Amino acid sequence: MPELWFWLVGLMFTAWAVLDGFDFGVGILHRVVARTDEERRQVIGAIGPVWDGNEVWLVAAGGSTLLAFPKLLAAGFSGLYLPVIFAVWALMLRGASIELRSHLGSPLWRAFFDNAFFLGSLLVPLLMGVALGNVLRGVPLTAAGYFELPLFGSWTPDGELGALDWYTLLCGLFVTMALTAHGSTWLALKTDGVVQAKAVALQPKLFIATGVLWALGGAATFIVAPPSLGVGFWVGIALSVGGAAVVLTRRRHELQAFLGSCVFVAGQLVTALGGMFPVVLRARPTPELSLTATNAASRGAGIDGALIWWVPGVLLAAGYLWWVLRHFRGRVA
Amino acid sequence: MGDPLFWHRLQFAFTIIYHYLFPQLTMGLALLIVVMKWRALKTGDDTWAKAARFWVRIFGLNFAVGVVTGIPMEFQFGTNWARFSQLTGGIIGQTLALEGLFAFFLESSFLAMLVWGEKKLGPRKHFAAAVALLVGSWLSGVFIIITNAFMQHPVGYTRDADGVFSLTSVSEYLFNPWAFAQYAHNQMASLVTASFVVTAVGAFWFLRGTYLEQARLNLKVGTTAGFIASALVAFPTGDMQAKLVAKHQPAALAAMEGRFESGPRATIHLIGQPNVAERKLDNPIGVPAVLSILAFGDIGANVTGLNDIPQSEWPTNIELLYYSFHVMVGLGTLFIGLMAIAVLFRWKGWLEQQRWLLWALMLAAPFPYIANTAGWMTAELGRQPWLVYGVLRTAEGASPTVHAGSAAFTLIGFTGLYAVLGFVYLVLVGRELLHGPEGEAHHA
Repeated sequence: MPELWFWLVGLMFTAWAVLDGFDFGVGILHRVVARTDEERRQVIGAIGPVWDGNEVWLVAAGGSTLLAFPKLLAAGFSGLYLPVIFAVWALMLRGASIELRSHLGSPLWRAFFDNAFFLGSLLVPLLMGVALGNVLRGVPLTAAGYFELPLFGSWTPDGELGALDWYTLLCGLFVTMALTAHGSTWLALKTDGVVQAKAVALQPKLFIATGVLWALGGAATFIVAPPSLGVGFWVGIALSVGGAAVVLTRRRHELQAFLGSCVFVAGQLVTALGGMFPVVLRARPTPELSLTATNAASRGAGIDGALIWWVPGVLLAAGYLWWVLRHFRGRVA
Repeated sequence: MGDPLFWHRLQFAFTIIYHYLFPQLTMGLALLIVVMKWRALKTGDDTWAKAARFWVRIFGLNFAVGVVTGIPMEFQFGTNWARFSQLTGGIIGQTLALEGLFAFFLESSFLAMLVWGEKKLGPRKHFAAAVALLVGSWLSGVFIIITNAFMQHPVGYTRDADGVFSLTSVSEYLFNPWAFAQYAHNQMASLVTASFVVTAVGAFWFLRGTYLEQARLNLKVGTTAGFIASALVAFPTGDMQAKLVAKHQPAALAAMEGRFESGPRATIHLIGQPNVAERKLDNPIGVPAVLSILAFGDIGANVTGLNDIPQSEWPTNIELLYYSFHVMVGLGTLFIGLMAIAVLFRWKGWLEQQRWLLWALMLAAPFPYIANTAGWMTAELGRQPWLVYGVLRTAEGASPTVHAGSAAFTLIGFTGLYAVLGFVYLVLVGRELLHGPEGEAHHA
């Protein structure tokens, strides 16, 4: 049962990365691809009806983690206190910018929120990538199940661990770049005119950078914390490679390219989850203290009966998404 | 102040109080918007549709800031209250996950449709979008109140040798009697906020002599809903809540009333300053026997004083708890009086001539926010020194590895961020109020 919840919670984080991921990418790209106020409103319009719902996947995934693996949420969030709070601030700044920017016509007002939108959209994937890097690399968990890390660690491969160190930052950069590329495929699909042309023109560079960082991050991971090469890992690799192939070969078919990008992002998450399974938070240098799906799981009637509402809840959320996308089909001019 | 617990508590208190300024308007206003849109559908009268359109614009702004300030809440369970999350996650995670899946997805999917989609959807579907927001926002309240009710009055659980909580009965947890009373009380209080705001905007436009037709409609909706909601907050919902506190949290009741001596025919105090060091209430003015009647429905009922409760189980800030409770009850009583006069005058057709009353209604708008905040402070300060009442102390719930310096740092950051958000919100809402109900103030 805890193993099942490992994948169900993982699925929710994957949905968040795929869906909110393109929102972040769009936010990172908007200052480059959109110069005039008209174009920027077009870019925000391209995520306006969906971004909030996409972000709910994070909230729902967080709530489900609390329910299924309370020890993971407790240790992870308190141990990475500052990076997590910084991510919260970035999420807030971003949400406020999207919603409040266009209420006043003043160019100064809009310039302020455009910059806040860019900064927030950049910092969330960077910090979430850093957090993922910490989970993959391992943290100094004690027998009590908690850990402390300095915010800044060593910038050499064999130095002191930090919430931010060379490895976690590399993970953060890869996640940021992959989601920027992901965002460019959404812009290619949902916009037209100058914005679309600029987004498409940037794609070769974004794809190459993503590929390079993927190779670097992957190699570093095998050195720092070799993943377990189970079925999940290989499924993730297959999805990533397949998705990337679709994006590269079907670049002119915007919908196929976007869906390929979704599969690539999902594949990355599945690779990470599969490489960890059944560990949910790796302990370093004492692997025997690692939190696993089993020893971090909650017990009792709460988790036992949770599938009864979890399945319809997720189906309902998918239904809303379909409904919103249907009403929002076509390009934003 | 070197104690991390102080900073964790202050940060959570600050962020949750600030956050709840927004949902309390959202929930009540969603109901009033549905009523307005329903009247518009029924009567075909464009006055109703125009009023709904104005309030949807305010709703959209308010909702956005509510979403943004809501983001830190769930995170802080893990960052600042890690021990609490670790021990009770299997229980409170249930309702927090339910809230995400069943309330937030619904709200986020239909908000854009409500705010931007009236032309595209047509009147019936647009009405449905308003109903979706009403259901979503009130469901969100259900799950949060159930979570809080477990902390106030834990039911349906067991603890293992390590102290970890787990549920023995999901239905006992979801149908906690405490949650029922608390939800009813809280939702009526939210409706008080919304109806006072609607009334105040009507009064503001009327006093300025602008948009008279819309001003009249807002005064009608606001005072009618305001009178009903103000009455229901006190009775039966507030009464139900008070009786539960009296039964299950005697230390909280004693501190709320500044009561140290036990005894029957207990006095309810209207005014007085708790003197905790000398264990008495200074300068008291009260009504004998009323507290016994209100708390237990029996004039002879004994109401326990703090002297008969071990000091280790006293609420940690008796003064603030006492004033929170008295501010809530005092304001709540004034609300009933003010709205009763307003409804009477409007019914008699005198309201529009009585500028003093319109002034009072306009200036009353901030007070439901104060009363709601004071009410929640009463609930949460009364719960102290417990995180889960009688079972888990607040000090046992904080994150073991987060130091005072880190928590103080992030509290300062939140304060700055919230100052900017509050400023931006007030600028935008003020603009909408001045611009009035005709057309949009956006995109100027």
